[in-house]
Amino acid sequence: MAEEYISTLQKKLEDGHFVVCSEMGPPVGADPDFIKNKAHKLKGYVDAVNITDNQTAIVRMSSIAGAKIATEEGLEMIIQVTCRDRNRIGLQSDILGASSLGLRNALLLTGDHQVFGKDKGSKNVFDMGSVQLIQVASDMINKGVLLNGSEMEVPPKMFIGAAANPFADPFEMQMIKFSKKIEAGARFFQTQAIYNIDKFKYWMEEVRKLGLHKKAYILAGILPTRSVKALKMMKKFVAGMDIPDETIERMEAAEDRKAEGVKMAVETIEEVKKIEGVSGVHLMPVAWEEITPVVVKNAGLYPRPEVD
Amino acid sequence: MIVGEQKDLNEIIDMLGDDFDSLLIAGCGTCVTVSMAGGEKEVEALAEILNMHYKNIGRDVKIETATVKRQCDFEFLDELEEQVKRNDLTLSLACGVGVQQLVERYPDKIFLPGLNTTFYGATTDTGEWSERCIGCGNCVLDQYFGICPIARCSKSLLNGPCGGSQDGKCEVDPEIDCVWELIYNRAKKLGKLDELTKLEPPKDWSTYRDGGPRKLINEEVYND
Repeated sequence: MAEEYISTLQKKLEDGHFVVCSEMGPPVGADPDFIKNKAHKLKGYVDAVNITDNQTAIVRMSSIAGAKIATEEGLEMIIQVTCRDRNRIGLQSDILGASSLGLRNALLLTGDHQVFGKDKGSKNVFDMGSVQLIQVASDMINKGVLLNGSEMEVPPKMFIGAAANPFADPFEMQMIKFSKKIEAGARFFQTQAIYNIDKFKYWMEEVRKLGLHKKAYILAGILPTRSVKALKMMKKFVAGMDIPDETIERMEAAEDRKAEGVKMAVETIEEVKKIEGVSGVHLMPVAWEEITPVVVKNAGLYPRPEVD
Repeated sequence: MIVGEQKDLNEIIDMLGDDFDSLLIAGCGTCVTVSMAGGEKEVEALAEILNMHYKNIGRDVKIETATVKRQCDFEFLDELEEQVKRNDLTLSLACGVGVQQLVERYPDKIFLPGLNTTFYGATTDTGEWSERCIGCGNCVLDQYFGICPIARCSKSLLNGPCGGSQDGKCEVDPEIDCVWELIYNRAKKLGKLDELTKLEPPKDWSTYRDGGPRKLINEEVYND
């Protein structure tokens, strides 16, 4: 009998494929076709797709609803769950609900603070943080118990992921937190977008020293962009982004910025592919989701492997 | 201490409205005196400005002032009795606790808040106060080397910094120190970094206001 696996993403990682994930943002509205259209464009080019949970604290269709719609279109989805808007009651309830809908991957996050969104006057929750949410979800899945100790007859089934930021400070404390996420039960990681490849290499070196790459799969974050303005904005305003000046200068000098953006993304993919302990990439183009298939093809990552 | 800041003058004027002829401005001599928002000095200054305002718009308003030691204790509110009773309105420059104590002590009178009660904090510079405690009801300072992540991390994270911490600053505002940078630096200096590797389970918030409005009884002195 074949070994049991929770999700095809997990299966592909365990089989040693270099995995490709990408990301979609749900609509500010209730249109299911918005999700379906995005799903059709990605189908076949990626192994799994994250669907964000009110990212940058802007109200959008819920991640779980969007993931269900996209799953019906044939995509393997990764729901995102943040601690900003729900307490432990709501979070556990959503994990149960998502699993009952057949959603099998979850990226568990603390979440962007609401000052980044349009509802600055909202009250945040942060009853738990990402590490605690991972621990709680892990106990629900593996032990069949809720945080309050109640046992479930039918526990949720999910492959748990988390975020890692190789560029945030303080480095050593961030590494402690990364280890804690693994200890709590995170099985795969998606990293912050990599522009500073040297810093990423250094981070991976430290990860390998601690043997952490053997305890969880690490997917390197790639953010294709075609705009100097976007790079400058990210450098200045996006918390935890490290964009070297050379990257911006290179984009400024490019004649065809779209082509340059793709080229830069492909180069980064080729670099991270060589690094021991990197199990795949996570593509997260902002407002340029249609470029994902191009990047995947140009990086030689198409077609994607099938799972029986 | 409790830190407060005076409400905007126009807001105070709007709040007071037109339906009064006499006003008592009541200050508080404790916390909000230290945060320079509701002590004797601020009471007198506000009285002067309001006097000028009502004079300018041709209204005849009589303004009295008084500052007691603490508005949050009934024993100090007794001395305000005559002034409270002979004025149509009282504007309290105490924290929200003081305002409500006045209401309870003199239920037939109207009291309005002249301050916004902001937080429990410390004086961190001349004219600067910073939040240091949220009164969660179950102190964890022993675990974090005397620096509180509940009050001072924008997300109250107990297991380490979020990914938005850069150059020692919080993603919410570069004016805010990342408290995890402070905790980390202190742990490192004390040679106790390994203590921060322990998984911290979700906090029991029932001792905070999530358990409902709180009351504290000291059985030794309480008489019911």
